[in-house]
Amino acid sequence: MNARAWFVNATLAALAAFALVPLAWMVSVSFMQPGAASTYPPPVLPAEPTFGNYRQLFAQSGMGGYLLNSLAIACGVTLTSVLFNVLAGYAFAKLRFAGRDRLFRALLAALVIPGQVAMLPLFLMLKQMGLVNTWAGVIVPGMAGVFGIFLVRQYALSLPDELLEAARIDGAGELRIFLEVVLPLLAPIVVTLAMFAFLGSWNDFMWPLIVLADGELHTAPVALASLSREHVQDSELMMAGSVVTIVPVLLLFLALQRHYLAGLTMGSLK
Amino acid sequence: MKSQLAAWTFVAPAVTVIGMFFAVPVAAGLALSFTDFDLYALADLANLRFAGLDNYAHVLTLPLFWTSLLNTLYFVVVGVPLSIALSLGCAVLLQSPLARWKPFFRTALFAPVVTTLVAVAVIWRYLYHTRYGLINEWLGAFGIEPVDWLGDPRWAMPAIIFFSVWKGFGANMIIFIAALQAIPDELYEAARIDGASRPQQFLHVTLPMLGPTLFLVSVLTMTGYFQLFAEPYVMTQGGPLESTVSVLYLMYEEGFRWWNLGRASAVAFVLFALMVAVTRALMAIHARREAA
Repeated sequence: MNARAWFVNATLAALAAFALVPLAWMVSVSFMQPGAASTYPPPVLPAEPTFGNYRQLFAQSGMGGYLLNSLAIACGVTLTSVLFNVLAGYAFAKLRFAGRDRLFRALLAALVIPGQVAMLPLFLMLKQMGLVNTWAGVIVPGMAGVFGIFLVRQYALSLPDELLEAARIDGAGELRIFLEVVLPLLAPIVVTLAMFAFLGSWNDFMWPLIVLADGELHTAPVALASLSREHVQDSELMMAGSVVTIVPVLLLFLALQRHYLAGLTMGSLK
Repeated sequence: MKSQLAAWTFVAPAVTVIGMFFAVPVAAGLALSFTDFDLYALADLANLRFAGLDNYAHVLTLPLFWTSLLNTLYFVVVGVPLSIALSLGCAVLLQSPLARWKPFFRTALFAPVVTTLVAVAVIWRYLYHTRYGLINEWLGAFGIEPVDWLGDPRWAMPAIIFFSVWKGFGANMIIFIAALQAIPDELYEAARIDGASRPQQFLHVTLPMLGPTLFLVSVLTMTGYFQLFAEPYVMTQGGPLESTVSVLYLMYEEGFRWWNLGRASAVAFVLFALMVAVTRALMAIHARREAA
């Protein structure tokens, strides 16, 4: 390697270390004996590795339940939002109806409004509907989204019209065309959309924090935040909590990263 | 006619959800900001009064609001350029033909983006620990005295900015990589023939070609940075000495801790107006650049 190649790769390695060291340190500390991380000098690897923190996390702090809550909510958001966004995105791209373009422009314009502007009245509305302090209250606002509709529309625009026309001439109804012709062709964007929805819901903090008053119903991030206020000194326990919160989404990303990154560039370059 | 009906059936669920759970609340939020909605109104709506611009007047004369606004602007003005510069630097390095193990580096650099914000904020709180944190430990190796990162009003916001840059730079990096790939090689060849050095090529070919992407990334990143909330909530609880209270943090406290929902709505709309103004300004700058 010449000097320039050496420089490029060394810099990249240093940056990768910058990105990964905090995560590696989290894993390492999560296996340390309670109190071991709070000694001087701070140890890098556990001297006597233990699963004790994980045991305490699940047996005493109820982390298993919080993870299941997160999973249930994320699945609810993913299933509904993928279904609704794909239906709408396809219709905006390929079906004709009065007011279509005006409606789509109105939706796009709504993208500039930050969600927090809606949070306070939404909370009051859900309270009226009896949905505060329920999973449904967390899921409901995430059941459709402008960005998701936009992604599907962009992707669906490239579907050949002849294919749809041929199916129509064969006498197929719009629903059958959607299920049998369109949906298989949209499979890649469906995977992307599902990942965005799942990760977004799993990682969300502010909305579940507001809606879920009852500790039993808390999602993993909300539970982790309140645990970390109670257990400020227990860094080993908190790192175990961070590991079990992050690992599911990190694994999902590693398994399907091609789809995730494709969606990211698609959403920005159009 | 039949196809019209089918199309509307396809669109209806999503549009209903967005209308009911976004459009209506946004409008209601604006209305709410002109009322004195508080704990008493929450108990009994008969206590609700129209308050005109009182909430806005109150918010704009509240010292903590101005503190939170300055803190948020500090976070945006320092954090956004840092984040974008790092993203662009990484993208350029990853696009270099000299770079090896590209898929590994790309995944590694992107990994923090998909992690759970609250969980990594907890990690960084310990990394920043004055006595047992790795950051002070490493700085100590260079002879730097321990800093109380999250406990010192001068350092708490820079610490949160550094953490946020770490968490988010990978997302823009991916966008920049796609944009760099779209720049035709001929442009670089022509520049090389004209004797342009690497830095000159970057300044006169890469940057101008990235113009639209740079604009888009700036707007998206800025919008995200204005919504600072979870980081101070988990890492500092707004402290020390209110040095990390952000506008949204203030809205959360007013709305969901003290139940002053009318006043909190006014805070939300002031933030929204500010975001629109800054976006407009960026658009104007961008338009002038494109025209020139």
